[in-house]
Amino acid sequence: MISARSAARWHWKNPSVIPGFGLTLGFTLAYLTLIILIPLAALGWRSAALGWFDFFRLITDARTLGALKVSFSTALIAAVVNVVFGVITAWVLVRYDFPGRRIVDAIVDLPFAIPTAVAGIALTALYAPNGLIGSFLTPLGIKVAYTPLGIVIALIAIGLPFVVRTVQPVMQEISKEVEEAAASLGANRFQTIFRVILPGLVPAILTGFALALARGIGEYGSVIFIAGNIPFVSEIAPLLIVIRLEEFDYGSATAIATIMLIISFLMLLLINVIQAWSRRRFGYEQ
Amino acid sequence: MEIRVEKIRKEFDLYPALHDVSLDIKSGELIALLGPSGSGKTTLLRLIAGLEQPTQGRIFFGNEDASYKSVRERNVGFVFQHYALFRHMTVAENVAFGLTVRPKAQRPPKAEIRRRALELLDMVQLSGLEKRFPNQLSGGQRQRVALARAMAIEPKVLLLDEPFGALDAKVRKELRRWLREFHDRTGHTTVFVTHDQEEALELADRVVVMSQGKIEQVGSSDDVYDRPNSPFVFSFIGESANLPVTVEGGAVFFHGAPTGLSAQRDGAARLFFRPQDVSLADEGPGFTGPVTASRRLAGTRIAEVELGSSEEPCHVEIEVPLDAAASNGSVLSFRPTRWKLFY
Ligand SMILES: Nc1ncnc2c1ncn2[C@@H]1O[C@H](COP(=O)(O)OP(=O)(O)OP(=O)(O)O)[C@@H](O)[C@H]1O
Ligand SMILES: [Mg+2]
Repeated sequence: MISARSAARWHWKNPSVIPGFGLTLGFTLAYLTLIILIPLAALGWRSAALGWFDFFRLITDARTLGALKVSFSTALIAAVVNVVFGVITAWVLVRYDFPGRRIVDAIVDLPFAIPTAVAGIALTALYAPNGLIGSFLTPLGIKVAYTPLGIVIALIAIGLPFVVRTVQPVMQEISKEVEEAAASLGANRFQTIFRVILPGLVPAILTGFALALARGIGEYGSVIFIAGNIPFVSEIAPLLIVIRLEEFDYGSATAIATIMLIISFLMLLLINVIQAWSRRRFGYEQ
Repeated sequence: MEIRVEKIRKEFDLYPALHDVSLDIKSGELIALLGPSGSGKTTLLRLIAGLEQPTQGRIFFGNEDASYKSVRERNVGFVFQHYALFRHMTVAENVAFGLTVRPKAQRPPKAEIRRRALELLDMVQLSGLEKRFPNQLSGGQRQRVALARAMAIEPKVLLLDEPFGALDAKVRKELRRWLREFHDRTGHTTVFVTHDQEEALELADRVVVMSQGKIEQVGSSDDVYDRPNSPFVFSFIGESANLPVTVEGGAVFFHGAPTGLSAQRDGAARLFFRPQDVSLADEGPGFTGPVTASRRLAGTRIAEVELGSSEEPCHVEIEVPLDAAASNGSVLSFRPTRWKLFY
């Protein structure tokens, strides 16, 4: 099947009945160029001006490496947590009708709407050692505010809607009949969920994961309040960029931005490849 | 496996979808549930499967009370109207699913599962398509995958909800014949839902006619067509005409005029007959009126006759010989040869 497809002569796209392909593609490319590619090219050009040696020296600076590690690891953990709880949240919203369901549904979108700084300050107030939640955690020896754990919590709050909103519509589409079919064939709840429902959601979950991850890596406003910004411990890369800018150290700022961009791009590319594979594997494409 | 449905009542939010339905299904029978939309066919089928729980009443599988068993425990094969195939699994994986989810102790070895899946696909004439995904199949092929998948668990009972509903007329006919052969070969107790009466009459050993959450009649095709026991069944199955009549002193009158028919019981009634069960009567009592429309239908002609007073005319369609004078405006007189009164 796959070999037959690749053997067929490559062309732009299957002939479509919908006109305007040329026009819309042209528009899309121009648009992406203006708002994404040109700024990124400027960034690339700037860091190229540094030369390889300086670039390498700047990104291997201990503080930079520390910040990158904090940024990527917290974003990754938060995205994984969001996948789990986002899927559960989507499940509850799709499958159960309970009083206040619409309100819960609306609350999911709040992190999209409120200024991230507000979210950050609110979370800090809650999780600070004398805060509403923090005062319970401190006696247990758990410190949230001013640690990487605080960053993870902020990123979880910010990233949740991405997973819920990408998974929810696909879950809605999986008909109740499919679940009933699995049950009538003798599958228990566990088997139904893990062998029938979740595999069908994999492409959507990956999309949600990628969005939450990307957002987490770039997040600034909500993190800087709760993180405490201790170099090597809870200082995120975007903050370090701002610090370098304030020190008029444009070379450093550019180098950190560029390496973040490269790592992010590679990660998103990888997710996209896995996704393309899973879409095919799970029968979404003819 | 015999199935006995005993005084089942099913309410959805206090709205009764089924009222006190009782039905005996013999082992190895092919039964059709036939009725208009919303009459409760799917609900009854789902209750038998265990996909719904009855509000009242019981369901027996053989001598065993299955009323509160879950769908997993009932071991029924259920084919859904929209197939409900697992889109992320190949055809072979779909068919094998019921075997692969069995507890380890009862699960056949992998090679055996695969062999069984391929055998079933062969039986539904889909050999060679086992590696495809459901969305690479036609509707009729998906339908047969769904059937093979349901058969894989060796169910005692096969339940199908409008199995051919989404298919075109030709494929439908083919699959209909195929299902009948399949049933005769495997000897399962099979219940299928349809709202296509032709399908029900042609395919089933017995037809269950339902209306508004009740069973109107259960019987062979001949029973429900030739001996309908209610006005609903008479008008739902096949073509029919009905007229308001009164019975007085054993004679049937229509709009005060004798019709030449006689009956036992006096009172107001409705007279039902089929278009082909009439004979033209040139003299004597009968139904007389002008022809308002006529059309050729294969070997016969259908004439629409206006009866009764001009204030409240009744139109009936009857079959007339091709050579009868039945052009528009000509007056026809006829008498039903087979008919039934409902008081
Ligand atoms: N889950 C449900 N909740 C509420 N009402 C329901 C539900 N399922 C069915 N009903 C109602 O029960 C009645 C019988 O429905 P059912 O699906 O059994 O009809 P049907 O004979 O299969 O019709 P169709 O030919 O349209 O499929 C309908 O009036 C329907 O609205
Ligand atoms: Mg139905």
